[in-house]
Amino acid sequence: MQVPAYVEYEKATSVGHALALLARFGPEARILAGGHSLIPMMKLRLAQPETLIDINGLSELSYITVTDGELRIGALTRHAQLLDSPVAGAHFAILHDAERVIADPIVRNWGTVGGSLCQADPSEDLSAAFAALKASMIVQDPDGSRTVPAREFHTGPYETVVAPGELLTEIRIAIRPGGGSAYEKVGRRVGDWPVGAAGAAIRLAGDTIAEAGIGLTAVGAQHFAAAEAEEFLRGAPATEASFARAGEIAAKHCRPSSDQRGPADYKRHLAKELTTRALRRALLRARHQDA
Amino acid sequence: MQITVTVNGSDYTREVEARLLLIHFLRDELRLTGSHWGCDTSNCGACVVWLDDTPVKSCTVLAAMADGHRVFTVEGLERDGTLDPVQQGFAECHGLQCGFCTPGMMLTSRWLLNHNPHPSATQIREALSGQICRCTGYENIVRSVLWAAKHAEEPTS
Repeated sequence: MQVPAYVEYEKATSVGHALALLARFGPEARILAGGHSLIPMMKLRLAQPETLIDINGLSELSYITVTDGELRIGALTRHAQLLDSPVAGAHFAILHDAERVIADPIVRNWGTVGGSLCQADPSEDLSAAFAALKASMIVQDPDGSRTVPAREFHTGPYETVVAPGELLTEIRIAIRPGGGSAYEKVGRRVGDWPVGAAGAAIRLAGDTIAEAGIGLTAVGAQHFAAAEAEEFLRGAPATEASFARAGEIAAKHCRPSSDQRGPADYKRHLAKELTTRALRRALLRARHQDA
Repeated sequence: MQITVTVNGSDYTREVEARLLLIHFLRDELRLTGSHWGCDTSNCGACVVWLDDTPVKSCTVLAAMADGHRVFTVEGLERDGTLDPVQQGFAECHGLQCGFCTPGMMLTSRWLLNHNPHPSATQIREALSGQICRCTGYENIVRSVLWAAKHAEEPTS
């Protein structure tokens, strides 16, 4: 029987209250959102917080809106809500691609977008999707908020820039015309963490790629991104040859490690192939030839 | 800490530790043993209950998180001696063998039918994809849910 260790528990009633509780209980307090990463870690004693601050009552952090040309996602938005959001899917199909293959429908009902990002698991799909989209994270403390680019949010496996006393409240993605995006994942079975996955977001200027974002999951890519492949694509023709080359570059620069999900060379192969596939699908979507 | 949870329409107030999982609250504190405690890792789905109106894996939810909320368990499916069509479907179509996964399967199926009264077999399989059955091979579970969809409107005895 797996049961978390003894822990204190506080229910936050507002963002301000949650921040006050974080200040009061110090660095050994943890925010409890969906709990679908934190509670399993507490059962295994991989996490042993002194106090849990439950933010599930903060409906003010649960929303998906388009404001000032940005898609804004509240940190407490459940995975199922993001998957069900027509506005999120219409602007960034990559988010629906990724959500469809995150865990299973029941876990998605309760797990949250913000919780997944803060868990910072190297195999977590949304981290790469937001890296591909060059999203921004809004992090609050009692004195105000700061904006952190997605690619600076994670500082390592299970580590983020969110300091004790701070709370991730929102994710923002700029909406720009001519864009298309997609996410491709290979897992051992439905609902599992990926063996490897890749996300792509491109913006076209005619038949040329004006801007590209590539996210990689579970293959040891720095900041979940393939910066060298993005650099290669900028200004390149939007062709199959460009996408194949970008896949090769992404594979060359990632650093997968062998584990129970597969050997490193297979994961590197996936990085190449899935990057190419995601780019191909992103292009079709940018051209409204839906895929 | 003291919590009050509305389970199947009745309020229960108990003194619990914050670390108590919802599945153990239901089974050990309230003696509602219809919800099963399976893998303990949010993989198998035997412990699925509704928290407010959403199916969740209760091995990965603290009882404290349900404080002030509604929980719906398999014990709530039958009304006044009449089985829910989902329960009838599982009986009619042999949707279970050992029965361990059945409570969770039926609660997710009820939720699916409330939101999509006429699901396809594929939609049923997707909805139940976070739940594991080691007896039926799933085929009869899908038939059971289809049976329930077909017989939803009919009076039951």
